Amino acid sequence: MTNAADAMDPAALDPPARPAPAKTRPFYWSVRRELWENRSLHIAPLAVAAICVVGFVISAIGLPERRQGVLALAPAKQATVISQPYDVAAVGLMLTGFVLAIVYCLGALHGERRDRSLLFWKSLPVSDLTTVAAKISIPLAVLPVITFVMVIATQLVMLLWTSVLLVAHGMSPASTRVDLIQGSVVLAYGLVTCTLWYAPLYAWLLMVSGWARRVPFLWAVLPPLGVALLEKLAIGTTHVGNLLLDRLAGGFDAAYVPMAERAAKTHQGIPQISVDDLDPGRFLTSPSLWAGLVLAAAFLAVTVWLRRRREPI
Amino acid sequence: MACIDARGLRKTYGTMVALDGIDLKVEEGRILGLIGPNGAGKSSALNAILGLTPFEGELKVLGLDPWTQRDQLMSDVCFIADVAVLPRWMKVSQALDYVAGVHPRFDRAKAERFLARTTIKRTSRVRELSKGMVTQLHLALVMAIDAKLLVLDEPTLGLDLLYRKQFYDTLLNDYFDGSRTIVVTTHQVEEIQHILTDLMFIDRGRIVLETSMEDFEARYLEVMVLPDQLAAARALRPIQEREVFGRSILLFDNVPRGQLAALGEVRTPGIADLFIAVMGARESRAQRGPA
Repeated sequence: MTNAADAMDPAALDPPARPAPAKTRPFYWSVRRELWENRSLHIAPLAVAAICVVGFVISAIGLPERRQGVLALAPAKQATVISQPYDVAAVGLMLTGFVLAIVYCLGALHGERRDRSLLFWKSLPVSDLTTVAAKISIPLAVLPVITFVMVIATQLVMLLWTSVLLVAHGMSPASTRVDLIQGSVVLAYGLVTCTLWYAPLYAWLLMVSGWARRVPFLWAVLPPLGVALLEKLAIGTTHVGNLLLDRLAGGFDAAYVPMAERAAKTHQGIPQISVDDLDPGRFLTSPSLWAGLVLAAAFLAVTVWLRRRREPI
Repeated sequence: MACIDARGLRKTYGTMVALDGIDLKVEEGRILGLIGPNGAGKSSALNAILGLTPFEGELKVLGLDPWTQRDQLMSDVCFIADVAVLPRWMKVSQALDYVAGVHPRFDRAKAERFLARTTIKRTSRVRELSKGMVTQLHLALVMAIDAKLLVLDEPTLGLDLLYRKQFYDTLLNDYFDGSRTIVVTTHQVEEIQHILTDLMFIDRGRIVLETSMEDFEARYLEVMVLPDQLAAARALRPIQEREVFGRSILLFDNVPRGQLAALGEVRTPGIADLFIAVMGARESRAQRGPA
């Protein structure tokens, strides 16, 4: 390689002797590296899906006989009983995604400081903004997509297995009144609203992960709890506590038609949600949602600032 | 344009002064050894140069402010800060994919060629490699990056002699081409003496010695003095005197070679011995304190 040009004219930023810089995709590769490092992000949903399928297959022993009995019930009741295992699988996988998101966020910026690999990541031309964007995209985009795909795949396998059993017994598979198209709309809506509602939670966890020297979980949980307790004991009001509770559980109230006005009801404690119960208009105009998103943006800005300054621990 | 240009570079942590306003200029194509005791401010200086920490004073690296223009700077600067910072979960093939994916000046074929000379398998994870192999891998990644400035902070700490020697030989033979600039800190100074073009001692946040290796060789001479010449030699005010196997070795600063040749065998001192002499002198001055 000739670098004579460099020596003669050091002011030249890109002498011809130097090969042109290659095209890079820092964000894409940063997300890939998160998936490499956190293999639980795909292994855990796979494991839960496998459990759902195995459980369903065991429950499907004698299904054709039982189906006869179910078909004798009122049509609304039929749909509820038949679709229940599909809902259980969906809820199980969504819960798995939620737990994974929390665990991931708490470790994302803490782990790289603890194992000093921060110094390796920082030796490469990937900005702190890109890094934080890649990390927050895991709970905000990657996990919802993984969850969606896993739920639909699991339900498809369950539906196929049921159909095979029914056809083998000379029954019509059409008696399985599970509408996967409608189901996937409800699922997608549920995932998007949950994700947006929990965005400030994920951003908070990521920020604490970038800040805390030790036990980020305690730093993430105890201070908000402490503030709520202090308020209750000192002034007697519960504004902070209510805010926290609303953030943890209020997303359902904001995103769906209120339970009392709903057509579909619960079955054995699991709410049955149909497309008619979705209320995107109210959700998108909810001040709580937007306040949460602004807060999430602020937490993320602080996170980028922390990533810039924090050293290995 | 100097590769590194610092004026009044200062870094404090609370009341602790890590860098006490140093001036530093490293021209392109130099290999600078930054030598100092633990806590002298070496890492603070390197962190400032690499944009890892904010600083006071003026500092330009390749014409850029490393703190405010870090994202731009990192395409042309590379560093190995400490051994074993490669993520332990990463596979060798993933490391290659990742660096190729994010670094505009990474030559993957070159990295593959370096790795082919080692016993490192593509499918291994970093945690399965020995410490020496991890360093080889890191060096392979870094050497395949066409950077203008390479910073090495204790790159061979904890490695055995063979790996250390191989590290510097590879660096010199396969990487350094006269136009790149390398800054290296290490405690194993004797091993890098032959590769340096410039030398800097730093102590308590200040530069205490700054010299090119040519000047170093011209200025500092070490004489193994014959016993009967000892008094005459001492009269020339050596900066250090030590005894090895019963023979006195005296270190002189700026005494003509011809004059010393009469006293015994003259040679270029090791950086380590000069370091001890310079630091020792500072230490005793500090102990005497302001009278």
